[in-house]
Amino acid sequence: MGCSISIEALTVGYGGIPLVREIDIRLKQGEILTLIGPNGAGKTTVLKSIIRQLTPLGGAVCLRGTRLEQFSDGDLARTVSAVLTQRLKTEMMTCREVAATGRYPYTGRFGRLSARDKRAVEEAMELVGVSELADVDFTKISDGQRQRVMLARAISQEPEILVLDEPTSFLDIRYKLEFLSALQQLSREKGLTVIMSLHEIDLAQRISHKIACIRGDKLDRLGSPEEVFTQGYIRELFHVTDGGCEERTGALELPAPKGSPRVFVLGGNGTGIPVYRRLQREGIPFAAGILWENDLDYPVACLLAAEVVHVRAFAGVGEQEMRRARELIERCSRVICTLKKEETGDWYRAELSELLAYSGEVHRDEKGL
Amino acid sequence: MKRSRCVCGFMILVLLLFAFFAANICAGSVRVPLRDVLEILLGKEREAVFRDIVTEIRFPRALSAGILGGALALSGYLLQILFDNPIAGPFTLGISSGARLSVALVMVVFLGNSAEPGFGVMIMAAFAGAMISMGFVILMSRFMDSASMLIVSGVMIGYICSAITDLVVAFADDADIVNLHNWSKGSFSGIGWSHVAVMFLTVSAAVLAVFFLSKPIGAYGLGEAYAQNLGLDVKKFRILLVLLSSALSACVTAFAGPVSFVGIAVPHMVKYLFRTARPAVMIPACFLGGGVFCLGCDLLARILFAPRELSISTVTAVLGAPVVILIMAGKKQKGDIR
Repeated sequence: MGCSISIEALTVGYGGIPLVREIDIRLKQGEILTLIGPNGAGKTTVLKSIIRQLTPLGGAVCLRGTRLEQFSDGDLARTVSAVLTQRLKTEMMTCREVAATGRYPYTGRFGRLSARDKRAVEEAMELVGVSELADVDFTKISDGQRQRVMLARAISQEPEILVLDEPTSFLDIRYKLEFLSALQQLSREKGLTVIMSLHEIDLAQRISHKIACIRGDKLDRLGSPEEVFTQGYIRELFHVTDGGCEERTGALELPAPKGSPRVFVLGGNGTGIPVYRRLQREGIPFAAGILWENDLDYPVACLLAAEVVHVRAFAGVGEQEMRRARELIERCSRVICTLKKEETGDWYRAELSELLAYSGEVHRDEKGL
Repeated sequence: MKRSRCVCGFMILVLLLFAFFAANICAGSVRVPLRDVLEILLGKEREAVFRDIVTEIRFPRALSAGILGGALALSGYLLQILFDNPIAGPFTLGISSGARLSVALVMVVFLGNSAEPGFGVMIMAAFAGAMISMGFVILMSRFMDSASMLIVSGVMIGYICSAITDLVVAFADDADIVNLHNWSKGSFSGIGWSHVAVMFLTVSAAVLAVFFLSKPIGAYGLGEAYAQNLGLDVKKFRILLVLLSSALSACVTAFAGPVSFVGIAVPHMVKYLFRTARPAVMIPACFLGGGVFCLGCDLLARILFAPRELSISTVTAVLGAPVVILIMAGKKQKGDIR
C-alpha cells in the first residue's frame, strides 16, 4: 500500500511565526505515529496543521498522494477525523447524539440519519465500549467516559486518518489501556492511520509504530520506539534536570537525594526498588550494590542512588567491585539488606553473603541490618 | 419518548398561539365577542366600527406581534449560537439599539422633508444600523475572551445608541415626535396590512434560510474546531449567521422599535419545554415560541391598564428578565459561565 500520509518539509506556526520547521514524516496505512515533546513544543500546532485548522507556513501535507489544500471540506471530513483537547460543547445531548455528530459529512441537507448512519454510530460506540452510555446526557458522564464518547464520535466519521491530541490525559490507567487498545484494534483491523500526541512516554513506546520527537523548532528524532528511545534521550528531550526516566520501561523517578551516601542498600532481584524510593522520599542519599546490570533494581538504582556498585550482566563479581562495596559499607552509617536467603538456606551468590557478613562486622553495635 | 415530547411541545405552542391570537383580537378597550369576530371573518354584515377594529387594527397588529416575536426569538437563538453565549440577544448585544438609531435618523430626515419613508428604506436603515452594531460587537469579541465582557460591551453600545436616539427624538419637530416617540419605545400599534405583508415576506424568507442552515447550526454548536473537522466552512457560515440574525432583528426594529428580552428568554424557555437543543426542533419552536410570547405580552400591554397602553418592552422585560436571571443562576451552578 502506498503512503497514506506524507508530510514534506512542513513548517507550522501561528501568525507567520514558525514554531516547528521542516518536518518530514511518511506514514503507511494503518500505522500509529505518536508525537512527543515538551509542553509548548508545538505538537498541537502540528496536529492542527494536519487537520487543516491551521495553514502551514511552508511545505505540504499529502493524504493518499493528494495535497491537503486540494480536498473539499466534505472530502477532508470523510478522510480525517479528530479528537481535540477542546471540550465538545453540547446542550441536552445524549452520548448517542454526540457520537452521531460524526455522521455530519455523510448526511443530507437536514442531517437525517439513515439506517446505515445509525449502524455506524452504534458500531463505533460498541468498539470503544460506550454503548451503555448511549442514552445518558453527555454532560453527566465522567471525563474518562467523555473522552471515549469523543473517540466514538471520531470513529463514526469513518475516517482513514484519526488525529488525536493528548487523548489519554483524563483517563485512569484502566481506560488508558482500553483506549489505546481500541486504537490498536482500529489500526490493525480497519487499517486506520493514527496520528496523536501523548504525554505518557511509556504508553507511546508501547503503542506506536513510529515516534516523532519535537524539540526546539524541529523534528528531533523520528523512528521506531527502539530507535528513538536511546539511553538518556528522554532526559535530553524534555530538558529533565531533576529526576529521571528509564527509557526501556518509561518509568519515572524523582530526583536522587543529594550528598554522599549515608545508607548502603544490599539488594537485587527487585527487592531494592521500594527501599530506594523510600530513602528518596525521606531525602537520605544512599549507595546500592552489588547489582548486575540485568537486575530489575539496577535502572532504578542508577536514577536514585548516589552511587551504584555494578557488574556487567551475567558476569562474575571482580575484586574491584568488592573493594568498592566494602569501602561504601564502611563509609555509610547503616546497611539495609533486602535480600533473603534461598529456600535451601544459601545466599544466591557467595559475594553477597560475604558483604552481608562484612557489614555485620563494621556495624556490629547498630540495629537495622 | 423524545418524539412524543416534541409533538406535545409543538401542540402546546400552536394551541397557545391560537388562544393568544384570538384573545388579542377580542380583548381591548372595545370588547368584541369571539362569535362576532368569526362572523366578521366570514363576511357577514356587522357594525362597521367592529369590523374596522377587527380587520384593520387588531388583526394586523396580532399578526405582526406573532411574526415579529418569532423573528426576534429566532434572531436571539442565532446570536446565542454565533457567540456561544447563553445571554446573547439582539437587545443585549446592542443590535436592536443600533438598528433603532439608524431608523430614527432616517425617519427624522424623511419627516423633516415631510415625506413618509417607505418600508424598504426603513428595513434597509434598520439592517445597516444592526450591521454596524454587530460589526462592533464582533470586533470586541476578538479582543475579549470572556462571555460576560462581551455582553457588557454590547449593553454599552446599546446605551450609547439609545442616548443618541433620544437626542434625535428630542430635537425632532413637534409633529413628528408623537410618531417617533411611540415607535422608539417599542410598540406593535399602528401596524397596517401593508406592513404585515412586507414583514411576512422578509421574515419568512429569513426563517426559511435559517431552517436550511439547521444542520450546520448543529455542527457549529459543538465548537468551532469540531465543526471545521466535520467539514463546515466556518467563516462562510458565520457570515451567514451574522446576516440572518441582523436581518431578523432589523426587521423587527423597523416595524416595532426595540423589543427587549424576547430574543434571550424565548430560546431558553423553548429548550426546556422540548428538552432538546436540536436546531431542527429549535428553529420552528423558537419562532412559534417567540410569536406566543409576544402575542401574550402585547395582550397584557393593551389590557392591563386599558385604555392606556404600555410599551411592549415594559411587559417583555418584566416577564423575560426573570428568565434570564434563572438561566444565569443555573449556568453558574454548572460552571458554564466564565
